[in-house]
Amino acid sequence: MIAKRPGGLRRAILSERERPMPARTSWIPYALIAPSVAFLGALFIIPLVQTVWLSFSAGEGVSLANYQRMANDLNFGLAIRNTFLLTLVVVPLQVILALVMATMVSKLDKGRDMVLWVLTIPLGVSDLAAGLAWLSILQNTGYLNSALYALGVIPGPVGWLSQETPWTLFFGIVLAEMWRATAIVLVILIAGLQLIPKEFSEAAEIFGASPWTRFRKITLPLLKPSLQSALILRTVLAFEVFAVVYALGGRNFPVLAGEAYTWQNENQNYGVAAAYAVLIMAISLAATAVYLRALRTRPEQLP
Amino acid sequence: MADIVIDHVVKDFGTFQALQDVSLVVEDGEFVALLGPSGCGKTTLLRIIAGLETQTAGRVVIGGRDVSGLTPRKRGLAMVFQNYAVFPHMTVFENVAFGLRMQKASTADVKRKVERAAALLHIDSYLDRYPAKLSGGQRQRVAVARALAVEPAVLLMDEPLSNLDALLRLEMRTELKAVLREAGTTTIYVTHDQTEAMGLADRIAVMYGGKIEQIGSPLEIYATPATRFVGGFIGSPPMNFIKVRCEQGIVRIGNITLPCPAGCEDMELGLRGEDAMIAADGSGIPFDVRVVEPMGSHLLLTGSINGQLARIVAPPTATINAGERVALKADPSRLTWIDSNTGRAVGRA
Repeated sequence: MIAKRPGGLRRAILSERERPMPARTSWIPYALIAPSVAFLGALFIIPLVQTVWLSFSAGEGVSLANYQRMANDLNFGLAIRNTFLLTLVVVPLQVILALVMATMVSKLDKGRDMVLWVLTIPLGVSDLAAGLAWLSILQNTGYLNSALYALGVIPGPVGWLSQETPWTLFFGIVLAEMWRATAIVLVILIAGLQLIPKEFSEAAEIFGASPWTRFRKITLPLLKPSLQSALILRTVLAFEVFAVVYALGGRNFPVLAGEAYTWQNENQNYGVAAAYAVLIMAISLAATAVYLRALRTRPEQLP
Repeated sequence: MADIVIDHVVKDFGTFQALQDVSLVVEDGEFVALLGPSGCGKTTLLRIIAGLETQTAGRVVIGGRDVSGLTPRKRGLAMVFQNYAVFPHMTVFENVAFGLRMQKASTADVKRKVERAAALLHIDSYLDRYPAKLSGGQRQRVAVARALAVEPAVLLMDEPLSNLDALLRLEMRTELKAVLREAGTTTIYVTHDQTEAMGLADRIAVMYGGKIEQIGSPLEIYATPATRFVGGFIGSPPMNFIKVRCEQGIVRIGNITLPCPAGCEDMELGLRGEDAMIAADGSGIPFDVRVVEPMGSHLLLTGSINGQLARIVAPPTATINAGERVALKADPSRLTWIDSNTGRAVGRA
């Protein structure tokens, strides 16, 4: 009916809503995301491509020479072992600790924000500063030794962070990392806990579930998406660990990011440093892929 | 099976008193509805019975056992929540089985009881699905099946039908009544919907402002409200209240007189719209019709008696026009007399 009417009339009866959008608006979305794209391109994608390129170019043409040199280095095996050991110890401990803390904080009625604020203070401290703070505690003339000496436990300064005491050095680094970075897991988990309606836990309680069973059967499964985010974030950052280790152990405890730093600045060999960087990225991507698969929440199981 | 005694329960939230000295006895196997507007304390009372909330004073006794200080899981009851609270990460089977698993029932027992509860609620074909794949009505059935699977002595229901659409609500209501009658479970059912309470309950406790206004069978509460609030809350249209003066046991209204109970002068005459009949001879309570709404099953007349708003239900075939004045008759035994000062019914044994 409408199509048979004269064009002028047809235009006239088209309502405001039906009229096609003016063509000039089509570039607006692209203009709006352009700054982000430019920013990411300049500061992330170009350096990434350059680093990958750098790691494969040694002397003439494309080669694996940098990777060979990296793998043949004395510290390479140690750095791999230490980085994985640190990640495997620190990340699970942080998640468990954060779960306990998140459960406690979410049970608080009063002063909840205050407690959360205090617990997240370490997040505001740079990792190098955190490492130096722990160095002042753990070094030979540090606070720990002073306290132990005053208590009569030790006769004089004890070296905790030296090459001869790798386990106390490792333990010190774990402690510092726990102090510094557990709060980020805590924040993610608290946000996740708040998303779970309290009726689920109440229903479970009515039907006879003990607090531990409620945590295991209700809270933990429903917290899985948040746990996944926290684990990915923390694991990726743990593979990049550097400043705290550098402050406490120097090269006594080689890690991957530390080796990249050494090759870049002391050895002035940018190719091998780039190879380390690419290796860290590959490990991080692999870990992320593992988490995405292992902790996947099927869409039909979402609340 | 168990009876429930709520003994002088008080609940304060800071300075706000949600429950003011509430007492209620629910017999073994009885279905009692807690009915009232939002904020009247009905859900708080239910949560105190469940143990999800702790009373400020008073006791809750279930089956002769004082459960006032016990955690919910030690009280041996089941509950259906307003928003179902069906666990999203478990299949329908595991949801229904949850209570039985907590009781460490044997695998064969779990299977048998889950299948029976599922058959009762017609969800047996969805047992291996996840709740996200179910409609609201089906999730509600899962929540009820989960509660019935443990064969509870006491079943608490918190507005279980309020999230369903009207047609589904009617269907579930009928089914719920049949299922619960068969199970013989002592049930407390919280609702703000009077038709649900009237249709389902053996007795209704009407709550308002943290107090129980009246407890009685649906018909008692409908026909003989104890307070002005109950009369105005129950029934559609609600009871009409017309301010009158009672002199020497007699009220004059239009050209007729009605006997009224002694005791006070300022009274309100409570008249149900359905109890009023249009007098053919023109003598009766004068009613000025302003709006006539044909509802199919009846005519809803809105107008005024002595200048006060009233709604009257007339037969669908009656010929009444807006602007007319008609005379109303009513059976004196169906009238309610309210003391204007206290808001309570007077002259009732």
